[in-house]
Amino acid sequence: MRRFLRPGHDPVRERLKRDLFQFNKTVEHGFPHQPSALGYSPFLRLMAIGTRSGAIKLYGAPGVEFMGLHEENNTVMQIHFIPDQCQLVTLLDDNSLHLWSLKQHGGASELREEHRFTLKGPPGSPPSATQVTAVLPHSSREVLYLGTESGNIFVVELPSFQVLEDRTITPEAVLHRIPEDNCNRRSCELVEALREHPKNPDQILIGYSRALIVLWDLQNNKAIHHFLGSQQLENLYWQRDGSKFISCHYDGSYAQWPVSSDNRQSEPLENTVPYGPFPCKAISKIYWQTTKNGLPYIIFQGGMPRASYGDRHSISVIRGSQQTAFDFTSRVIDFFIIFSSDPAAEFDDPSALVVLAEEELVVIDLKSAGWPAVHPPYLASLHCSAITCSHHVSNIPLKLWERIISAGSKQNIHYSSMPWPIDGGTNIAPDPPQRDLLLTGHEDGTVRFWDASGVCLHLLYKLSTVRVFLTDADPNDNMNTVGEDEWPPLRKVGTFDPYSDDPRLGIQKIYLCKYSGYLAVAGTAGQVLVMELNDEDAEHVVDHAEADLLQDQEGYRWKGHEKLKTRDGPVRFEAGFQPFVLVQCQPPAVVTSLALHSEWKLVAFGTSHGFGLFDHQQKRLVFVKCTLHPSDQLALEGPLSRVKSLKKSLRQSFRRIRRSRVSSRKRRGGGGNASEVQEANAKFDQDALQEMELAPVQRKIEARSAEDSFTGFVRTLYFADTFLRDSSRHCPSLWAGTNGGTVYAFCLRVPPAERRMDEPVRAEQAKEIQLMHRAPVVGILVLDGRSTPLPEPLEVAHDLSKSPDMQGSHQLLVVSEEQFKVFTLPKVSSKLKLKLTALEGCRVRKVTVANFGSCKTDDYSENDLAVLTNLGDIQIISLPFLKLQIRYPCIRKEDVSGIASCVFTKYGQGFYLISPSEFERFSLSTKWLVEPRCIVDMPEVTSNNHVHNKSGTENAARKS
Amino acid sequence: EFRRFSLERSKPGKFEEFYGLLQHVHKIPNVDVLVGYTDIHGDLLPINNDDNYHKAVSTANPLLRIFIQRKEDADYSAFGTDTMTRKKNVLSNVLRPDNHKKKPHIVISMPQDFRPVSSIIDVDILPETHRRVRLYKYGTDKPLGFYIRDGSSVRVTPHGLEKVPGIFISRLVPGGLAQSTGLLAVNDEVLEVNGIEVSGKSLDQVTDMMIANSRNLIITVRPANQRNNVVRNSRTSGSSSQSTESSLPSSTPNILGNLLQGEEESDEEDIIIEDSGEPQQIPKAAPTSESIESLSQIELLHESTQNGFLPSSEMNLSHSAGSISMEYEAPEPGRKSLEEDGTIITL
Repeated sequence: MRRFLRPGHDPVRERLKRDLFQFNKTVEHGFPHQPSALGYSPFLRLMAIGTRSGAIKLYGAPGVEFMGLHEENNTVMQIHFIPDQCQLVTLLDDNSLHLWSLKQHGGASELREEHRFTLKGPPGSPPSATQVTAVLPHSSREVLYLGTESGNIFVVELPSFQVLEDRTITPEAVLHRIPEDNCNRRSCELVEALREHPKNPDQILIGYSRALIVLWDLQNNKAIHHFLGSQQLENLYWQRDGSKFISCHYDGSYAQWPVSSDNRQSEPLENTVPYGPFPCKAISKIYWQTTKNGLPYIIFQGGMPRASYGDRHSISVIRGSQQTAFDFTSRVIDFFIIFSSDPAAEFDDPSALVVLAEEELVVIDLKSAGWPAVHPPYLASLHCSAITCSHHVSNIPLKLWERIISAGSKQNIHYSSMPWPIDGGTNIAPDPPQRDLLLTGHEDGTVRFWDASGVCLHLLYKLSTVRVFLTDADPNDNMNTVGEDEWPPLRKVGTFDPYSDDPRLGIQKIYLCKYSGYLAVAGTAGQVLVMELNDEDAEHVVDHAEADLLQDQEGYRWKGHEKLKTRDGPVRFEAGFQPFVLVQCQPPAVVTSLALHSEWKLVAFGTSHGFGLFDHQQKRLVFVKCTLHPSDQLALEGPLSRVKSLKKSLRQSFRRIRRSRVSSRKRRGGGGNASEVQEANAKFDQDALQEMELAPVQRKIEARSAEDSFTGFVRTLYFADTFLRDSSRHCPSLWAGTNGGTVYAFCLRVPPAERRMDEPVRAEQAKEIQLMHRAPVVGILVLDGRSTPLPEPLEVAHDLSKSPDMQGSHQLLVVSEEQFKVFTLPKVSSKLKLKLTALEGCRVRKVTVANFGSCKTDDYSENDLAVLTNLGDIQIISLPFLKLQIRYPCIRKEDVSGIASCVFTKYGQGFYLISPSEFERFSLSTKWLVEPRCIVDMPEVTSNNHVHNKSGTENAARKS
Repeated sequence: EFRRFSLERSKPGKFEEFYGLLQHVHKIPNVDVLVGYTDIHGDLLPINNDDNYHKAVSTANPLLRIFIQRKEDADYSAFGTDTMTRKKNVLSNVLRPDNHKKKPHIVISMPQDFRPVSSIIDVDILPETHRRVRLYKYGTDKPLGFYIRDGSSVRVTPHGLEKVPGIFISRLVPGGLAQSTGLLAVNDEVLEVNGIEVSGKSLDQVTDMMIANSRNLIITVRPANQRNNVVRNSRTSGSSSQSTESSLPSSTPNILGNLLQGEEESDEEDIIIEDSGEPQQIPKAAPTSESIESLSQIELLHESTQNGFLPSSEMNLSHSAGSISMEYEAPEPGRKSLEEDGTIITL
């Protein structure tokens, strides 16, 4: 239509746009979703994690990160670094092998896939013949040994993945060379483990599933030794000097075997069931680590008594009389030990145990007494309790930063002081331009403060709001206390704890003032806490107020949850943010919007019923405003009735599915011969198809009306010092926007500082704007005389912003889900608008003002709106003319939680959840870009290292 | 009675001034009259607002014949296409030229006396298989009342016939606006919403677009039933057909002239309540010199050349709202406020 024709492009502006905007997904923070494999290179000191979606991530020193993705998106089963190389091999669950290498390109290393390969057996052989179960990269770096389900061991050349058929070790060849009567073909089925001799690269240890273990001479193609255990084999491990190896078994036992020079069948030196005598679960992996002062470390996974502790995910560390079973809250995927990698060293001297559990990475310091955990600098489990909201604060003043770190360090005293042991590679990224904080609110009532300045998202401090309330859980219940003679000696480790004591504690909104250190936090049961940063522990009473948002509404019945019970009397708070005011909304509906003005000492909060303003200086409720439409029964009753109907509909749809299944089975059963069955099937399919066509997905087209549900839901609150009543005097004001497209403006009278405690804060409604399109109001903003958004409170006082222009006329920007509108102030007349939904069919989900600097000139920057739509697109819209600058697809539109979790920063970056445990970081700016940039150099390799290589064993095959 | 007087063509002024002038020259200050003129085709067309007044003045060649009738004994049906050349067939209508003889004469009031609720527009520029329907939610309390669904339709493409996904009307709510107009039907394929093509958009996107435009919804459909398509008349010369409330037989000729054609997008007016006073509609801000920078000036120019007609009804509305409590600069024609329609949105 002619109205929507595009005017011509302005070349100057187009060029400027290229200097300002650029979209990049830069780094993934947090813990990989569904990890499935772990690998470690003692040579590179890099760790690799594979996931079920086919991603592979490498981590070294903080800031050293690489990521790769297998095209197939199949589960990564095993990861093996090639000894003394910047290469690794991955095995996927489709039995394909992939060779990856780290290559330097443009001054930084990159991870690239070089080759792929799938083992093929002779024609007609079953798939199990070539199903890879064990992988051994040989220390010669030239070949890979691949153990298979059939018992064959194939040899493939690297990097070409050429199968060297003449070197295949077949079960027949093995059996032929074992002078044993009770060994048969079945003994050599399924290769469980392949381990290279630590001193002699021409010998490998082959462990078959049925407990036959063979030491094989690669040069002469003969068995040097064979060992026959009594229990199904799980894994093998060489001792450092090659004189003994250790095997672990399905029944929870492990055995030590001597390797002597005479060619006889050996008996195990020692065969123990560590958690016997009752039946135990399998020990799936074991390490035997020697130390200088004699006592070795025996570290193994599993082996718990089947009946009483069979459900535990444990790794046991035994050293002499010391024994601890580290107890993980999620399944253990794999683990490795960091020990002396110097091939000349006589002992292993292990320093750390690194455990990859399904939901977190735990590192245990084995050198310090008590084996404390090490605080990881990355791979934080963001989801140790589900994330319910996030808030980003850019450019934190150094003072506040240091105080938060100091508060956090007091919480971390139980961590080891050991430096991070996985320290390969060099971070060459420039220092982060500023100190940024990402605050995440969690379901368990905690707020976590993350250092989001750089590539490593690092936990600085954790705040819990639980202490203010009386909950069923005893806060003194310490899960880590272990009785003296407890057996097995379990010790809980890790932070992943997804179970919330009380869902009402969940954090919904966070607002931090970086200048004053005031923090406001609001939650699921209508609780609003105002906190102050205190460097010391303190015990004090939290002032408590109630805000009745319904006021005079009659005939109301809240069917939702009750409000939280508060603790009477003084409460002890640890150093950090300590609450001093608690406001509880009545009814205790979830807080949907929150604003804090640290200069005026006011906090505003809104729920589905209305909003209120609280003076946290005088600790007095200033006013409440009910926004409910009298006919909005759903909001009146609370969330329960809605949940019920959802449940009901779910149940109905399940029933329908079941019914259709039953009927299809009946039909199939009735059919006598195949064709009849087929016919019935076809008919059924046709019926189903018809049914689908009869009831297609429909969407009702109806104009929104004032009577719609949840119109009173307060979506946004905003403080502004602007011209609300007349153009000569500006005054403090509070703005609120609702789901029904209403904007309320209140004129505030805040007494001057010297009489702040004596006179009350007064508020008076000055304006009410009803947007006729009635879409939810998601953002309110006042632009000053220069069309610049008003600064944050205290920003000007700290000389960090120019004072706003109070000469020219101010403008009000109202962002609804469908439109952007600019109105004049104080007389409200509409000036400009952008109808997003009418034009594009998308709706605004998130909107923030972001400052974009030019990458070409330092002195140019401008403010624009960063907008995320329900289609997952990000649009940048100019201020104050509301022109679409650029659009980038960012999140899949089906990824509702990703879109809901998105948070923009003030300088054109953003975060959104790509899984419950991972934030994707993106940048819209050419200037502010935080992405990993690092180099992995090949450490010096001595020529004789080849023979005495030690690292090969580390990468030896393990059971998948 | 004939009068002849001169008028400056470049500055015709407002209709009300002109109306006052007519009353003055005819010395009938308190008599309500209907004003009409003959256009270049010889049709008698009404003059009752700024738009058609300006149009009339611009067509003067150089004389403009104006007809004035006393309102109470006016012959409304005298207006319309071909009325001057074929005076006997006063009921002739572009849409259905063959049924005019059977229909009894129904007196309907003047266009400004009732609000349109729906219309078929742009008949002259659309293919005959398509129908562009405008629903004016603003004028009625009826719900829009229809549902849409996903479906597939067959298109002719360079690769031959191809099945492509489409959006269809799936249900009409009885008594709803959509049903009562008779212009939309179940299984009509939706092609455009307010000028935006829906192909490639999801059902949810189209739903959102329709709801966002619900106050003034223009849907282009390919009717499932192609038998009732408009038969195009070579003499339509840009005017469109229109149907009104369903209480009128759909074949009733109805003479809205070009009022509709140039009518501005009847945009929703937000409401403001100041200091708990009475709700008022929010006026549009006049562009001040500071806010019009070079960029927006280009667009103004652009816009005024695009929209041949200027919104008058809306201005009047703003006037009445403004006169209550607000003083503001009345937007002059040609300096239309920045925010009128979509043109400025896209860059």
